[in-house]
Amino acid sequence: MISKRAIKRIAYSLATLFAATTILFIVVHNIPGDVIYVWVYDIVETYGVSWEEAERIARVMFLGYEPDKPLWQQYIDYIRNLLRGNLGYSPTFRLPVNAIVASALPWTLFILSLSLSTSFIIGVLLGMFIAWKRKTIIDPIVSAYAAFTDATPDFVTAMLLFIFLAVRLGLFPLKGAYDAEIVTPGFNLPFIANVLWHAALPVLSYVIEHIGAWTLLMKGSAVSVLEEDYVRAAIARGLRESRVVTAYIGRTAIIPLVALIAISIGSMMGGSILIETVFTYPGMGYFFAQAIGRMDYALMQGLFFLIIAGVILANLVVDLIYPIIDPRAREE
Amino acid sequence: MRRMPVEMIKEVITEERKKTLKEALVEFYYSWIRPILKNRRAFIGSLILLMFISMATVGPLIVPLDLTTRWEQRFLPPSWEHPLGTDYAGRDIFQQIVHGSREVLTIAFLAAAYAILIAISIGIVSGYLGGVVDAFLMGITDIFLTIPSFPVMLIIAVTVRVADPFSFAAILAIWMWAGLARSIRAQVRSLREREFIEAAKVLGMSTRHIVFKEILPNIAPYITIYFIRMMKGAITASVGIMFLGVVPLSIVHWGVMMNLAMFQYGAVYVPEGIFYALSPLMAIVLLEYGAICFASGVEEIVNPRLKTYE
Repeated sequence: MISKRAIKRIAYSLATLFAATTILFIVVHNIPGDVIYVWVYDIVETYGVSWEEAERIARVMFLGYEPDKPLWQQYIDYIRNLLRGNLGYSPTFRLPVNAIVASALPWTLFILSLSLSTSFIIGVLLGMFIAWKRKTIIDPIVSAYAAFTDATPDFVTAMLLFIFLAVRLGLFPLKGAYDAEIVTPGFNLPFIANVLWHAALPVLSYVIEHIGAWTLLMKGSAVSVLEEDYVRAAIARGLRESRVVTAYIGRTAIIPLVALIAISIGSMMGGSILIETVFTYPGMGYFFAQAIGRMDYALMQGLFFLIIAGVILANLVVDLIYPIIDPRAREE
Repeated sequence: MRRMPVEMIKEVITEERKKTLKEALVEFYYSWIRPILKNRRAFIGSLILLMFISMATVGPLIVPLDLTTRWEQRFLPPSWEHPLGTDYAGRDIFQQIVHGSREVLTIAFLAAAYAILIAISIGIVSGYLGGVVDAFLMGITDIFLTIPSFPVMLIIAVTVRVADPFSFAAILAIWMWAGLARSIRAQVRSLREREFIEAAKVLGMSTRHIVFKEILPNIAPYITIYFIRMMKGAITASVGIMFLGVVPLSIVHWGVMMNLAMFQYGAVYVPEGIFYALSPLMAIVLLEYGAICFASGVEEIVNPRLKTYE
């Protein structure tokens, strides 16, 4: 059963995707000329074709449109290629963009899901605790901490962790997702331990950055629920403290936070560009930064399209499951 | 004859009473200076911001920038001569931070100013007119809100090859206005239903008068708070973009200093380089902390019910 609301959300998601790919197409069409000439020169050298032919090949291969066709046809071809997952060929890495994505995406998903779930769960529990106990010493500490991390951009946190824990103390590795010389990828304990060891600092950067905000949000939400009559009634009925806090306050207070997860994923995706670059962690963000630095538009557009698609999908999923977790949103 | 009273009321309302300078100063003191002095958070924030603003305006006049390479003075620790030590080429770090603050603040100020202008126009038009215009503008706003801003800013910055602060700020601003436009629209919609706006409409005042004299002053404190928050966001974004080394503005910009320390001269890997690596980081954190304190302090003054971080 698809409600009117769901159709509206899906239509809106498609519109956003359409807008984002249009921006991409405009950008790709306005690449500085010298960037293309480097590729064209390369193709002329390698295959011995004429300059015009090489320029056409470069546009088809790296940018995903044929310059001979009319503009609207180019645009349709371009979007069709993106939607088919045909992301082109990266001139700097000399690999299909799909291959780079296939190797980078799992690392980013791993880091992001670990960071998001850690900071969300700890933040929710801590926020609930603070709201329930009211006057504790933790409350002002968390507030001051949240203000401080709000003032610290995520890549600054990452750089501080990198300088002190990885370089100075040598507790964590300087780069990579795992040591290929020491462990063999697969489901074995040394590999998993090695992967977690490499992921520790990137994950810690996100967690340090977001945990204060989640705690404050949960506290605010839980405090407003505390005033509700049904909570007072539950306390008056003599229910166990743990049951009141989890089933009566927590369950209601967590709902507004779920809507924020999609926004959080979007900002973490953006943050991953700098954080993964600091730790030379081979995820989507790292390759995006490389593509930007080397003017590799094929890779840039492929990764950007995936980031956008991921964020839009996250928003859509949250929008669609929201009425399921919050019955009050169903009636509208 | 029946129109007389209405005309008279209109004249009374629209008449601009000329204030003397002293009156204006006294009013400014009681409505802005005193509350800020009394609010701990706003006071600390304004001190930090004043420090950075004076650093960016008069700082470069007092502290001259000397970029001569002196390899024998490489990575010196802080001393009286070099308050923050020296960098990989023996140049004073403090001078670079002072001169960089001008770049950082100029870009942040311009970006926030552009973004505020876009947000006010779209928010007011959307909220005041309503209907189809509102639905269309809010649809666009939602799209700008959903697309992650940082990757787009990066792509556009490298494609148009920005080399001056004005266009750099414009690129940042395009992806910063959407949130504010939405909340201005919501405020305008609720203001539109209030009695004093209804009264102004009944009196036949022009839309321009209603928007600029009745609605705008009511959302002004809110815009002040947002302006500071946006400057903070613009600092993070611009420093992040410069950190990747793709916008060649100036080597004393804090983001470029971080880029040089991290990727070019290995300052993060040698123990002596720690002052060069940490100075821009600390400057950014302190500046943003000041902005946050000031913004949340002013928010407490304007709206005592709302207490962020407390």
